[in-house]
Amino acid sequence: MMNALQATNEFLRLYWAPLLCGVAVVAILPLIAGYIVLVERKIMADMQARLGPMRVGPHGLLQPIADAVKLLIKEDIIPDNADKLVFWLAPVLSVGAALLSLAGLAIGPAFQIAQDINIGILFVVGISAMGIFGIVLGGWASNSHYSLMGALRSSAQLVSYETAAGMALVSALLLTGTLNIKSIVEAQSKEGIWFVLLAPVAFFTYLVASIAETNRAPFDLPEAESELVAGYMTEFSGFRWSLYFLAEYTNMIVVASVATTLFLGGWLRPFASVPWLNFLDFAPPVLIMAIAAYCMLRVPKQPTRVQQLFMLAVAGLCFVTALVLAVPVVLPIIKPSVREAVAPFYAGIHGGFWFIFKVSVYIYLFMWLRFTLPRYRFDQLMRLGWHFLIPLSIINVLLVGVALIVGAYFHLQGWGLLLVTTPAAILALLAAFFILAIEKGHDARQDQTATSDFYVG
Amino acid sequence: MQSAYIPVLIYAALVMAFPAVTLVLAKFIRPASTSFGAKLKPYECGIPPESDARGRYSVRFFIVAMLFVIFDVETMFLIPWAILYKGWVAAHQGLFALVSMVLFLGILLVGYLWLYKKGALEWA
Repeated sequence: MMNALQATNEFLRLYWAPLLCGVAVVAILPLIAGYIVLVERKIMADMQARLGPMRVGPHGLLQPIADAVKLLIKEDIIPDNADKLVFWLAPVLSVGAALLSLAGLAIGPAFQIAQDINIGILFVVGISAMGIFGIVLGGWASNSHYSLMGALRSSAQLVSYETAAGMALVSALLLTGTLNIKSIVEAQSKEGIWFVLLAPVAFFTYLVASIAETNRAPFDLPEAESELVAGYMTEFSGFRWSLYFLAEYTNMIVVASVATTLFLGGWLRPFASVPWLNFLDFAPPVLIMAIAAYCMLRVPKQPTRVQQLFMLAVAGLCFVTALVLAVPVVLPIIKPSVREAVAPFYAGIHGGFWFIFKVSVYIYLFMWLRFTLPRYRFDQLMRLGWHFLIPLSIINVLLVGVALIVGAYFHLQGWGLLLVTTPAAILALLAAFFILAIEKGHDARQDQTATSDFYVG
Repeated sequence: MQSAYIPVLIYAALVMAFPAVTLVLAKFIRPASTSFGAKLKPYECGIPPESDARGRYSVRFFIVAMLFVIFDVETMFLIPWAILYKGWVAAHQGLFALVSMVLFLGILLVGYLWLYKKGALEWA
């Protein structure tokens, strides 16, 4: 009895951090995903000159919670001839893989669940790719034509773009020389330049491939509502459906975080190594304070008492966040002796802010593309992957390799590397145009002998 | 080094349990299902389903899957090379590393061109 107690204590003492992180992620992530949906609807509404959700809470701020409650108390429908066990397992697998891949990511230097994993980025990419099992099994288990077709399309699309994404990662890994997430960001801090500038073509390839991998418009063929109803999710409703939804939005966060870590400097502040730009440290608290002030201004405009109070609470939350962000920058100015003591707090808090900021910008880019571009046809999608992105990314890997050799020959470092990587990027662009020209000729020949049989996909 | 994976294991158990447990717990919140008949049939635009969905489908999906295996293994070979590349460049062996990888990719490129000519990468 005593031994068991001691063992439990020892276990808790050693592993309280992952336990706490696990509980926190499980508790917070559904909320974050819900609010990303709200933001997406608001952005969509803004781009289409509408207001978007306005009824539930001030400016629709409580809409995600109302949606979650609705989904939780909905009737649970399992089709008659579905495979019951697999039908139950598929969304669980999907969401589990998505949440598990978050373990490898580092939100700022302080927050990382899997601290010492030396294969960091490989772990994240590998685990998040496992989510495809949930989609394929779900489509197969529902025993509906739409579901199966959606699942097949989804798997074909994912495997096609996985290769292009992998090649884009290799281009960036050439510059880092490590797979460890923290070392990758430290490599960018040492060079003093983000890898998006050194390998722009790889970033572009990864951007396109990551949109395709998260099944989002313009590549949302697996759930193209105009042709496949809802793809692999057709038979899923209520809470099971919401699990798929959670997996989809978590995957968005994961690909955005990978891109941020590899290309956009992770948790580094823009121009972190330029001393005279240190005043940028004041940008986060000022920004959040401005949002708080805006919310305060909106308070009297709310129609009911409850909504006024809620708006006030949002303003207060922003105010507290701004204070937390301001303390580590303001304290060393007032009292220079505490600079050393405050440094880790500064790195953790501001690192977290910049990381989340960059991830948000990346996700905003996703939404922008979604509301701007029309959907691809399936044969166009496959051709873009196999005929354009894969050869382009392979060529880019070699060009970055050549650029690094030439750079080492002339002893170039940091921003100087741009002298060799920019010509490499231009060459890669030329290769891209060359491939496009070949494709055009190919298209012209195809159209003459076209058999309109793209319905098979 | 292996002990670095214990936190991941704990975390994995937690996040895998989360959807499963909530799915079971939600049973006590939501109303019992009273559906019967046509409501429990797979959706097919309102008509009764014609046939079992698990029939035959286009062979192209298999081709894509096989091509994926080839190209993804290639990526897997590239990753260790990419990790060590910087060190080789620093040790003035970069050209050797690059040429060997160009040879490897060249062999794959011949295969890629063959697939292209054969139309295996064509969908329609």
